Amino acid sequence: MKPYLELAIGFARTGVTGYGGGPSTIPLIEFEAVKKYKWMTEEEFGEILALANTLPGPIATKMAAYIGYKVKGSMGAAVAILTHILPSIIAMLALLGVLYSFRQSPIVSGMVQGVTPVIGFMLAEMAYRFYQKGSQGLGLPKNLMLAAVSLVFVQFLEWHPGILIAIVLSTAFYIAHRKEQANKKATEEYMPVREKSS
Amino acid sequence: MIYWEIFWAFFVANLLGYGGGPATIPLIQIEVVNNNGWMTLTEFGDVLAIANALPGPIATKMAGFIGYELGGVLGAAVALAATILPSALAVIVLFKFVNLFKDSTKVKLMTKSVQPIIAVLLAVMAYQFFLTAFENSGMLHLVLLAAVSYLTLIKFKVHPSLVIFGALFYGGIFLS
Repeated sequence: MKPYLELAIGFARTGVTGYGGGPSTIPLIEFEAVKKYKWMTEEEFGEILALANTLPGPIATKMAAYIGYKVKGSMGAAVAILTHILPSIIAMLALLGVLYSFRQSPIVSGMVQGVTPVIGFMLAEMAYRFYQKGSQGLGLPKNLMLAAVSLVFVQFLEWHPGILIAIVLSTAFYIAHRKEQANKKATEEYMPVREKSS
Repeated sequence: MIYWEIFWAFFVANLLGYGGGPATIPLIQIEVVNNNGWMTLTEFGDVLAIANALPGPIATKMAGFIGYELGGVLGAAVALAATILPSALAVIVLFKFVNLFKDSTKVKLMTKSVQPIIAVLLAVMAYQFFLTAFENSGMLHLVLLAAVSYLTLIKFKVHPSLVIFGALFYGGIFLS
């Protein structure tokens, strides 16, 4: 029972103290997993994080799934995920339930109006952070070009962003594949020379 | 079959969202508001506001609440399963082959290339919210609230939940 309890406490604690969505809870999860309960080493945590980042979907639940699975199999994964997500979902249902039952009231509609610009700002700030990450990874010209292309296709030609994302993902896969092949060829040509000289 | 539609909507949004939960927000909005018409953009904005005011992962809060609104507890369970299960199973299965993936230049380039698209999707959403705010409460309140958001969130690092509750309070008094 103790491992389940520890998983439940560790993931409930990170679920209710992490603000700003899954990515911001990662350091908190690392603290529980590596320092507090010693479910794994720092290196292993880093490796799972790297793998989890290569897959789509929410990051916190991917980490909870793997760590829970490692500690106690499928049941462990279920315990870790549920204790991580349920408290905030229940709080959300309660808060919105209260807000919705007063939907007709002018005060509530005023509150909604008050919060709209704040959400707009938070989204704009997130957009800026993703744009910066793109610039660091791809370099400014490619990032700017891709951003401009997606703006045209998604906003003006009204494509489903999924189609655009799928095209960009497969193009990136193809380009990287070509690069890997070119590198392999280069090392193959280089290797025999080294063998002779040694 | 509403449950199947819920499953499909959240499955697609999370499958395409590279970069964790926040990257899936515009994709969830497209499925929920544009494709299925389950909510208006303003309603979606309210849900997003409350979700941002509470701690915990954002994608599961959105899925849990929207699923519940559409199909009760079962709807919430379906939306959450579609959000969590595919990627959770993939991590557990793929970890056995981790060394094939971790340093793969393919995966690295793929992840990098999606960032500008997500940035544009988020920027378009931000624009829509600013436009709604402009139409409903006028330029003065919009500029004031956006400026205060910048100062509190970025300059003085005030906790986001305090800023959201502050804005709710302000709206309840001055915009009702």
